Amino acid sequence: MSTADEIARLPEPTAGRFGEFGGQYVAETLMPAIGELEVAWRRARADATFWSEVDALLADYVGRPSRLYHAQRLSADVGAAVYLKREDLNHTGAHKINNCIGQAVLARRMGKRRLIAETGAGQHGVATATVAALFGLPCEIYMGAEDVVRQALNVERMRLLGATVHPVESGTRTLKDAMNEALRDWVTNVGDTFYLIGSVAGPHPYPWMVRDLQSVIGREARAQIHAQAGRLPDACVACVGGGSNAAGLFAPFVADTSVRLVGVEAAGDGVATGRHAATLGAGRVGVLHGSKSYVLTHEDDARMGQIAHAHSISAGLDYPGVGPEHAFWKVSQRATYVSRTDDQALAALERLARTEGILCALETAHAIAALDEVAAIVGKAGIIIVGLSGRGDKDMVTVAQRRSGS
Amino acid sequence: MTARLRAAFDRAAKDRRAALVAYLTFGDPDGATSIDVIEAACRAGADVLELGVPFSDPSADGPSIQRAMERALERGASLPGALDAVAQLRARGIETPVVLFGYYNPIFVMGPAAFARRAAAAGVDAVLTVDLPIDELDELARPLDEHGVAVIPLVAPTSTPDRIARLAALSPPFVYYISLTGVTGSKAAAPVDPARLAQIRDASKAPVAVGFGIRTPADAARFATIADGVVVGTALVDRVAAGDASGAPARVAELIASLATALNR
Repeated sequence: MSTADEIARLPEPTAGRFGEFGGQYVAETLMPAIGELEVAWRRARADATFWSEVDALLADYVGRPSRLYHAQRLSADVGAAVYLKREDLNHTGAHKINNCIGQAVLARRMGKRRLIAETGAGQHGVATATVAALFGLPCEIYMGAEDVVRQALNVERMRLLGATVHPVESGTRTLKDAMNEALRDWVTNVGDTFYLIGSVAGPHPYPWMVRDLQSVIGREARAQIHAQAGRLPDACVACVGGGSNAAGLFAPFVADTSVRLVGVEAAGDGVATGRHAATLGAGRVGVLHGSKSYVLTHEDDARMGQIAHAHSISAGLDYPGVGPEHAFWKVSQRATYVSRTDDQALAALERLARTEGILCALETAHAIAALDEVAAIVGKAGIIIVGLSGRGDKDMVTVAQRRSGS
Repeated sequence: MTARLRAAFDRAAKDRRAALVAYLTFGDPDGATSIDVIEAACRAGADVLELGVPFSDPSADGPSIQRAMERALERGASLPGALDAVAQLRARGIETPVVLFGYYNPIFVMGPAAFARRAAAAGVDAVLTVDLPIDELDELARPLDEHGVAVIPLVAPTSTPDRIARLAALSPPFVYYISLTGVTGSKAAAPVDPARLAQIRDASKAPVAVGFGIRTPADAARFATIADGVVVGTALVDRVAAGDASGAPARVAELIASLATALNR
């Protein structure tokens, strides 16, 4: 089956929404631009020549397909057959590049000459700077000033790749504020600029487009598990911040109702402390960054509707919103969402390192930390696919500081 | 209330001037002072007051208004507080029409129906939500309409003719035309083609106010010849911040007075 045919089988939003979630809650100035993007995306996703260009770059430049690895020692430890979908082995070290390649090909087709992006952990910023270099396009990255400090290595990588990195000093100085600043840039330079959003968030068509582009994770995994185990998995598990790697893994399995889909959010210091990023688990429906979805927002009179501070040790999950399709999967009970604390993620990172010799990103470690719970449901003969969304090099300073107690 | 807003534009037209639409952020520098600032602006000659409701993530605003909102939030400003402020202004005898200006999430969390009821009771005339384009406006416009509160649509330089054609269905008291692609206060206003404003006026059957980048009486005078109203925001917000809190009402009133004079055609 061709990629365009596979993509055509994925669920589509209706009038820009997944159930009640999604929409286009943006400034009037941007409406024609997202309308133009929607038309371009609808055309591209049905176009075999678009996918042949994207697939060739994913194969030769990114190194796809990524491996599906049966992690035997981890499986024995967890008590179920665990398969790791190795997005950490992609060029630039995470799943983010899948989406960037696709959007950059689309930007070129649309005649856009400048790329902008927001980034949290810096992985999406690095991936965007990478495709900008590959396509010879100027690139500006917005990154919360706090994240610039937390992820200094990625800032240096982006600069080496030729991108301009703008530290964002407003608000909480993290991912959400970077997204505000990228929106301000886009509204100012809307004519020639392509805003390359890194997650399944933002106004329609972004949640749909980014999920389609990330669905390569789940499409490959589905074929690979059939080849290796001869059947569908019992569960797919992935971490959820904005939710792009989880959406990419889950979407091709949504129609397979026997496959349990489990998203793992960041519980930070613990959901009860209020210092967390468990948007689906502890938030409510709201409107942020162009779409209606779950958000962390205050409800008391004094702070009514203000966006709450998210907290996670992992900069990539430190976001008070989540993609609208996840909200839809939650309320329609197609997926379940759990959360894991900073400490549980750190322990899971060490567990994966010692059992399999793989240092994963702190984001990914949240998914690993939920494996015992999922294994208890699917049992010893069960098969679990985990989205191993990124490698951990960028987090070594954070991990080292935490381990030494500083 | 559409009537009070229309009357403000009609009165200005009769006096051969453009209406002055003054934006101020509620709660900046603090709740009590900001009510005094707003009252001073209204008494000094603002025809319409646009009252900004502080939001933690003002993605359509430039640095001045972002900082004003941060200052206001630090001092406890909120959507319920802004509604109370309007009620207090009305109690002080201020009849200037008030447009509540802000982002949708606080309204959504309060609940559009509850918000509409409270806004009407407080004396709010219309609501402008930056992140509710006409495509998403219905979920707020309907409950507001039930309580006699109008919506003000935004039109941008990028708005296409088919989008402008949809404005009439909203029967807006006026339309807010954004003079430039960008955020509030970031650069000088670009020249606007009078034919563009005529097209919007014809399509919406409503007066058109122009805003974004209009800072000085000279800027205002230029737009007064082609627009029915002129919106000034960032320059006023900067006046609030340009000294101690007690002097803020006088600083704002002074600029309002010179802007109002400049709007005579």
